[in-house]
Amino acid sequence: MKIKMPRWFYQLASPRWFYEFTGALLPWFSAAAILLLVIGTVWGLVFAPADYQQGNSFRIIYIHVPSSILAQSCYMMMAVAGAVGLVWKMKIAHVVAGACAPIGASIAIMSLATGAIWGKPTWGAWWVWDARLTAMLVLLFLYIGVIALNSAFENKASADKATAILSLVGLVNIPIIKYSVEWWNTLHQPATFTVTEKPAMPPEMWVPLLVMALGFYCFFAVVLMSRARTEVLEREKRSDWVKRVIQSY
Amino acid sequence: MTPKRKKRLTIILGLVFGTALIVGLVMFSLSENINLFYSTSQIANGEAPVGTRIRAGGMVVDGSVKRSTDSLKVQFALTDYEQQVTVEFTGILPDLFREGQGIIAQGKMDANGIFQADEVLAKHDENYMPPEIAESMKKKQEAQK
Repeated sequence: MKIKMPRWFYQLASPRWFYEFTGALLPWFSAAAILLLVIGTVWGLVFAPADYQQGNSFRIIYIHVPSSILAQSCYMMMAVAGAVGLVWKMKIAHVVAGACAPIGASIAIMSLATGAIWGKPTWGAWWVWDARLTAMLVLLFLYIGVIALNSAFENKASADKATAILSLVGLVNIPIIKYSVEWWNTLHQPATFTVTEKPAMPPEMWVPLLVMALGFYCFFAVVLMSRARTEVLEREKRSDWVKRVIQSY
Repeated sequence: MTPKRKKRLTIILGLVFGTALIVGLVMFSLSENINLFYSTSQIANGEAPVGTRIRAGGMVVDGSVKRSTDSLKVQFALTDYEQQVTVEFTGILPDLFREGQGIIAQGKMDANGIFQADEVLAKHDENYMPPEIAESMKKKQEAQK
């Protein structure tokens, strides 16, 4: 069987093409991120109705859920980018994977912190060692492990390879986070949103949540591209096109 | 894809599914220990260890909450709709504690078969709704009765 990868896939592998392409995307994603986050925050915190049981403390969902989803998506992106880097020996993929780790770690901290703040008034505890919370903490530790391992090598190529393997091994944690609330008894409630069923909340509650989630993804794209672009310039600093880019500033 | 790349891809897929299999087996064998709490049936049937600190989870039975008049002591029954366990707790209950609500209590069974809790956590479900909708749903349910 012969699998042919599309043309853009190989184009992305060129550092210069990547730099120019992301440079063109960056302003659009920045504008979308600001717009969506402002609309979502105001909508969620001011206009969305309060919950019948939890009252206004439920509004932290508008930060907690998007950050939890993003922390996991970011990990998947890091692992897939690492795999592409290993299979095709593509440096850009490793650059992207390396850029994911610190962003993912910060977002995971945000998810855990907002979860704790939400847990105290509703459950009565900041932290409980249930399966969902513990698996999420493991995700944070995986991110920290990836960052530490990446900076432990002098040689960039070995660092890329080692971190890609670690992030692929840690990928097993993602389904565990997702299904922890179904496989075991947990204090954390099951998912409100599923692919197959209607959301367990009315539209005036979930539409702002969707806006926030999209805003988080756009914000992630902006930070990811900015970090990856800086890293590309750093790695390619001896090439002529980078020298021209630097001179033009 | 070149044969070399295909080989590397196979190794990576093997690594990912291999770890998933190993972790899956470990989780499967440990599943009893990963559960956060024992259900009231498990406690009533003697499946939960006696004399050590455990967590009990269930719904607070309607009309079972008895508050002491001179202290923070509360007594209530916990159920999983099969078996009931009586729980005693002294302290401040979380905001979401109410009859019909799912809770998790941490503590020990005493000699009288009463669960002495030193911590009570409220569980909430995945359904959110504005108060007006909750109110109208309640009315509809009562009209059907």
